[in-house]
Amino acid sequence: MPPTSPSRRHLLASMIAASGGLALSPLLAAAPPAPLLTRPIPSTGEQLPVIGLGSWITFNVGRDPQGRRESVDVMRQFFAGGGRLIDSSPMYGSAQDVIGEAVQALKPARLFAADKVWVSGSARGVAQVEASRKLWRVPRFDLLQVHNLLSWDEHLPILLAMKREGRLRYVGITTSEGRRHAEIEKIMASQPIDFVQISYNALDRDVEQRILPLARERKIGVIVNRPFRQGDLTQALAGKPLPGWAADIGCTTWAQALLKFIVSHPAVTCAIPATSSVAHVRENLLAGTGSMPDEALRKRIAQDVERLA
Amino acid sequence: MSEWWTYSLSDFLMFSSRSYYRLIESYNAAIWPAHLLALVAGIIVIGAIARPRQHLRRSAGLVLAAAWGWVAWAYQLERYAEINTAAPYFAAAFAVQALLLCWLTHRLGNAAPAPQPAALGLAGLAVFAYPLLALARDNGEWRQAEVFGIAPDPTVMATLGVLLAWRAPAIFWLIPVSWCLVSGATLMELKIGHAWLLPALALTAVLARIMGSKTPRNLNSTANPRS
Repeated sequence: MPPTSPSRRHLLASMIAASGGLALSPLLAAAPPAPLLTRPIPSTGEQLPVIGLGSWITFNVGRDPQGRRESVDVMRQFFAGGGRLIDSSPMYGSAQDVIGEAVQALKPARLFAADKVWVSGSARGVAQVEASRKLWRVPRFDLLQVHNLLSWDEHLPILLAMKREGRLRYVGITTSEGRRHAEIEKIMASQPIDFVQISYNALDRDVEQRILPLARERKIGVIVNRPFRQGDLTQALAGKPLPGWAADIGCTTWAQALLKFIVSHPAVTCAIPATSSVAHVRENLLAGTGSMPDEALRKRIAQDVERLA
Repeated sequence: MSEWWTYSLSDFLMFSSRSYYRLIESYNAAIWPAHLLALVAGIIVIGAIARPRQHLRRSAGLVLAAAWGWVAWAYQLERYAEINTAAPYFAAAFAVQALLLCWLTHRLGNAAPAPQPAALGLAGLAVFAYPLLALARDNGEWRQAEVFGIAPDPTVMATLGVLLAWRAPAIFWLIPVSWCLVSGATLMELKIGHAWLLPALALTAVLARIMGSKTPRNLNSTANPRS
């Protein structure tokens, strides 16, 4: 099976663009030169762009007007480039409110709002979800995840009930930095969740052994956080020349190569790099376009990154 | 938090250095020209160490208590809490230290301790040199200067000088030294060049205090409270 394939909608968009239809459609006019690839959410088949937007650190700017303007600009560029999924958490300081400000200002037509519950106790969880929803200024969340498995056995039944009642579309769990993978596997195997969010990149590949195969087997979508090890990976590779294979898959930067490595894994639904830079969001979105590395090239990317980083 | 031992320092850092220093910049802009008042307050504190007369020491004690109270409210609670969910706890700790400093001032004895160069150096650095670090930092500017009585780090640093000069008992050191570790760790995660400074000065002050405790106790004014 090929590592990834563009959806029919995007193939159609490409054909329209190629035939000059781009100029006629404001929606398509805002898209990047090549269409942003999508992947189906395994539990429903709904297509989701392979590049999302994280908000850890980058959107926690407090009341700083300049920081808020810059964050809105990043989200404007993200939506204009075809992005949909934005991920946040009550743990991220002012990030939820900053996202809410952008949602209010930009009114994105196809936002996929992904948030988390991060508190002990089910009653407090319900209150936290409602507080988060108000900060996001959305009628409902698309996805709610139990952050770092905190009180997951109390929160999951409530989130699943919300989904049954139509107050939520998807339910998931998260971890980061390779923590509690055994428990993640146990929940993936036993609970009817739609998404699992994990850390995965060219150096941190533990999840390839069990979690990613299990996600495919159980039809669970995979969201990948910390694709650049919170910037450490791109910093370590800065100044190192890109190997020859980069041009073959349309990469002009290490960040794009690192993202393509992640989203080309067949189990991965999307990666959520966080950034406060409009230029970086453009660069990240480009990683979700064009050709993707096959399995052999993925191995080579991992080897090269390990050697150079 | 489950399996807390699996977390690293970076897991708790939830803001960028840019957001951090912009917060200080907007805080400075909002309260200017209170910095001039803070400078006078800092000079009083230095004066109390250099010329430890009783009325000056009492003034300095109250100035320090007011500074800790102000930082608790205006910085930790009103501003830092916007980007750091732990800031309300820091505010509570700063408020407690303000009360402790009031108590310490109240129990000051009549006997004046001999001026200590290390204590004077700490307070002098806090009041005059620490704000200049803003200019030494990459992309730093004077509007982001951290000033004694307004920002926590120089306030804590000057307090260490006073605690050393007054040979204050351990309980008065607990919160300032803890803050030095918290602030040092935060700046280290933010990759700020002078992250080591505050913990190093705290260590120096603690060592100086321990060494000083071996000298005759009749120099220790705080050990002779008013009866």
